[in-house]
Amino acid sequence: MNKVAVVGYGNTKFSSEDMPIESLLTSATKSLFDQTKNIEQKDIDVVLVSTNDNTKYLSAVLSELTGISPKISHTVENLCSSGTNSIVSAYSYIVSGLADMALVVGADRYDCPGQILEWDSSRGEFMHPVFWASLFTKSHKREFGTTQEDLAVVSAKNHNNAKSNPHAYSNKTYSIDDVLQSKFVTDDLHLLDCSRPCSGASSVLLASETIAKKFECPVWINGIGQKTTSASITKNENLTTMTSTKIAAKQAFDMAKIQANDVDVTELHDAFTICEIMALEDMGFVKKGHASSYVRDLYDTQENKINPRGGLIGSGHPLGATGVAQVVEVTQQLQNKAEKRQIKNASIGLVHNMSAAATSSTVLLLQS
Amino acid sequence: MTMFENELKKGNFVISECGNCKTIVWPPSDYCNNCLSNVTWRKANPVGRLIEFSKKDEKIFGMIELEGKIRVIGKLKINLSNIKEGQCVILHSCDYDKGPQFTFVSCNGHY
Repeated sequence: MNKVAVVGYGNTKFSSEDMPIESLLTSATKSLFDQTKNIEQKDIDVVLVSTNDNTKYLSAVLSELTGISPKISHTVENLCSSGTNSIVSAYSYIVSGLADMALVVGADRYDCPGQILEWDSSRGEFMHPVFWASLFTKSHKREFGTTQEDLAVVSAKNHNNAKSNPHAYSNKTYSIDDVLQSKFVTDDLHLLDCSRPCSGASSVLLASETIAKKFECPVWINGIGQKTTSASITKNENLTTMTSTKIAAKQAFDMAKIQANDVDVTELHDAFTICEIMALEDMGFVKKGHASSYVRDLYDTQENKINPRGGLIGSGHPLGATGVAQVVEVTQQLQNKAEKRQIKNASIGLVHNMSAAATSSTVLLLQS
Repeated sequence: MTMFENELKKGNFVISECGNCKTIVWPPSDYCNNCLSNVTWRKANPVGRLIEFSKKDEKIFGMIELEGKIRVIGKLKINLSNIKEGQCVILHSCDYDKGPQFTFVSCNGHY
């Protein structure tokens, strides 16, 4: 099978700014062109836009605004995991031989409509993600003795990591106490246990093996796992396991022929603090019930290998951009270009991105 | 509006059941997600089991399982000190106002 690498990337600052979606998309594309040597618009065969925005025909609009005339262009929407779904689509176009070089740009605004899945009648009047997250949290507390302080450690750690990320929404330090003193959103979640929707965009450029070798430090996509178990939130085997994440991780590890303990750096989908705990357990980094003490050790030793850019909690969560931004971070880490966030000798990275209470998950494994 | 939503508005919680293989299709749909045959609609058994719960402001909410298959998030009209996961609950009322609404009470009648 043909190999595919990430050979370029761009980012905008994640913020609460009221910017048109088109401006976000073009800014992240310009950022990519500014940082990537030896590419021209004519080299790009595919333009994919990852977004939940209702604006139509955005990939063609972006192509026109940036002077690209691609063979293939379309939008990809899959709620919060639109970004990695776009990257997998771009990967597939290259592997199939339909394209040599694909640009993926993810963007959303702070008021993006992808935060609520109105179709899911099983949510009743409790449509907002904070309700399923509270039920996940309560169940994990009950089954494994997870405490509010364990959750607060995740938030304090990820906000701390975000301070070294110039594109992150947050640049504030929060102590564990600060998180515990923040407003209760529900009885089981504080405000600082939650990521926040914001405006932002990220971009990556993927290339076939032959083309990628002409670039400095290509980062190879060696493992892909994806699973959609359902659309409604009620199909998880229980409320303490993210089944789609578990399956997607196994697929990706099998494809790359590596295991969780081989991974040097991870960006995972901490939409809420409980999601980081569950994802670490379900992807096999630790046994069920052991993620809280694992995260506590990371926090106490200021080790940033899990969510070095700050995750969703520290960086903000512009839905369509998130999966792309995660891949940008891991690529920078594997290229030894992550500056203050750099993890020493990182050579294998993992990205975990999911949607709608983990009804759908993507896991990508990248290697330098 | 769908059949499910129309019935909710009348205060009926109906479920779609396959006319061919008898699969209960949830969330509700016009076709069976097992064999793609047409479904028929019937009232759900209102007695269920509380899977998990939490509270936002003064509103207690929880995930309830009906007929061992259907799970919904609904409002619980039960005193917090009397709630226990796994307990028996019964559908007290349902409605549709911009979205579905389900309210459950304890099977033993204690609020």
